[in-house]
Amino acid sequence: MSDDILFDLKGVSKQFVKGKETITIFDGLDMSIARGDFLAIMGPSGSGKTTLLNMLGGVDQPTSGEIHFDGKRVDTLSETQLAAWRANNIGFIFQFYNLMPMLNAHRNVELPLLLTNLGKGHRKKSVAAALELVSLSDRAKHMPKEMSGGQQQRVAIARALVSDPKLLLCDEPTGDLDRQTADEILEMLQLLNREYGKTIVMVTHDAEAAKYARRTLHLDKGEFVEKDLAA
Amino acid sequence: MKDVYLILKNLTRKPLRLFLTVFATFIAFMIFGTLTAFQQAFDAGVDLAADDRLVVVNKINFTQSLPIAYVNRVRAVEDVEAVTHLNWFGGYYQEPVDQFAMFAVDAENFLTVYDELLVSDSERAAWIANRQGLIAGKSIAERFGWQVGERIPVNSNIFSQRDGRTDWDFDVIAIYEGADPQTDTNSVYFHYEYFNETQSFGGDWIGFMGVRTSDPERNEAVIQAIDELFVNSPAETETVPEKAFNKAFIEQIGNLSLILTSVVLAAFFVILVIVGNSMILSIRERTSEIGVMKTLGFTSGRIFRMVLAESLLLAILGGVLGILASGAMVALVNQAPIQLPVLVLGGSVWSQALLFMIGLGLITGIVPATNALRLNIITALSRS
Ligand SMILES: Nc1ncnc2c1ncn2[C@@H]1O[C@H](COP(=O)(O)OP(=O)(O)O)[C@@H](O)[C@H]1O
Ligand SMILES: [Mg+2]
Repeated sequence: MSDDILFDLKGVSKQFVKGKETITIFDGLDMSIARGDFLAIMGPSGSGKTTLLNMLGGVDQPTSGEIHFDGKRVDTLSETQLAAWRANNIGFIFQFYNLMPMLNAHRNVELPLLLTNLGKGHRKKSVAAALELVSLSDRAKHMPKEMSGGQQQRVAIARALVSDPKLLLCDEPTGDLDRQTADEILEMLQLLNREYGKTIVMVTHDAEAAKYARRTLHLDKGEFVEKDLAA
Repeated sequence: MKDVYLILKNLTRKPLRLFLTVFATFIAFMIFGTLTAFQQAFDAGVDLAADDRLVVVNKINFTQSLPIAYVNRVRAVEDVEAVTHLNWFGGYYQEPVDQFAMFAVDAENFLTVYDELLVSDSERAAWIANRQGLIAGKSIAERFGWQVGERIPVNSNIFSQRDGRTDWDFDVIAIYEGADPQTDTNSVYFHYEYFNETQSFGGDWIGFMGVRTSDPERNEAVIQAIDELFVNSPAETETVPEKAFNKAFIEQIGNLSLILTSVVLAAFFVILVIVGNSMILSIRERTSEIGVMKTLGFTSGRIFRMVLAESLLLAILGGVLGILASGAMVALVNQAPIQLPVLVLGGSVWSQALLFMIGLGLITGIVPATNALRLNIITALSRS
């Protein structure tokens, strides 16, 4: 396997059992994501974008097939091992920001660091650096409800970054934002990809948003159709 | 330890709910602390009773009197070490509502029979020598501000002097302390002679006798011997060990410990429902947050412990405040101008209460903590 492959999916199938019915979302999906990629995944609602992202993030398991991350198989890890793996390797960004309402921006960003051995002083420095990166140093003491949607999403990006993961997984990160704010967020993701070398996988509805990515995959009936960006 | 801040923030995020649940717990533990202090005080009346002490009362009823001539006959019984006699005086100080326990006693023998009432030898001698002298317990002396050497009037709500007055003058000779913190120091004792010679009610009768035996082993024989002395006389006696007497006296109030236990159980059941329900609701409201934390890499076990810690803190917060408040209640009751045993909020109440707090915290926390433990990330997040 090549060194620049971060994620490798081999024959991944996913089925949901709903009552008597079994819904097949993926059936033998193969896919690889290169280190340093910024991948946008588009597709109609219900096409399995979130399910795919969940499997990449190790919060959902394929029914069959293998998922390799950084050369190691991850789909067979236990729940506890997966929790540690996520904490070490992956930053999550959600559509609705999902900040803790009772914690201020600083404490929200600090959350993933509580899973490390870092001391208080180190944590404080890392949080400050992450907030600086998303230009929210002056809002450290603000509560989520005192901030706009765009600001909350920037706090969420800082939270995803703070423990320096290799990969950012974003599910419709601009789905709840107006155009201008969405562009600011997307520029920030692009910067993280280009300047900081973060690999990013972003699910989106929005063709404009996909333009910020290096490449876009269109998901349809559990299959990928690669299209040229210019097309 | 890193999670303490998170736990505290979760605990305090809804101040009104926090206040209500803590308040409910507070009330329950205040009831528990106060009632347990009462129960222990009543039990102490039994526990502190001397094993080698008997009480001789009129067989009809302990409020009926006995002839004073009985005292010397009881003294002659084998294995009787000392005998004193007591008459209820119905004393009050200045205001009729300020009643207290006051007895006319045989001063020479009284402190030998009731040796848990502590005065110095010289005070004892001074009391025996002064016909108008009284000795007062520490609590009662503090309540009325009596000082040794003072001359005070005490009224009776039962008796009057031959000249029609209802007040007697006394010299305060000594203020006695109790050998045990729960020993009653709310009583006052004075000379039977002074009482007998001045009151207008007809003399030479006594209320009851206190008897000290040479050995608790000999109690049964002494009891039989005393009661046999007066069989078929106009005033037959009933002699009982002091423990049994105190116990019977307390049981007249009703089955106290059953009443106390039911009240405490009811209070705990109510908070169990209130706090348990409130914890379940507040964890359910945090479903998507818990999903996010698990996504970030917090293990289910860690989240389980955080929820349990929160419910424990809640119970301990309300519980400690409640027991502190019951301490204040107990102090208040001890000062109150009513005749009650000495209440002590001791270490045993605290340790029992701490156990209840931990139990309450665990029981109210286990269901929401398990719900949080089991919560699946995908269902949690798709519900938001
Ligand atoms: N936990 C689940 N149980 C049953 N069906 C599910 C579950 N999660 C997703 N699905 C189904 O899988 C399909 C893909 O869902 P999803 O990945 O959320 O799509 P997208 O994100 O592309 O809109 C949908 O038809 C959805 O109803
Ligand atoms: Mg989706």
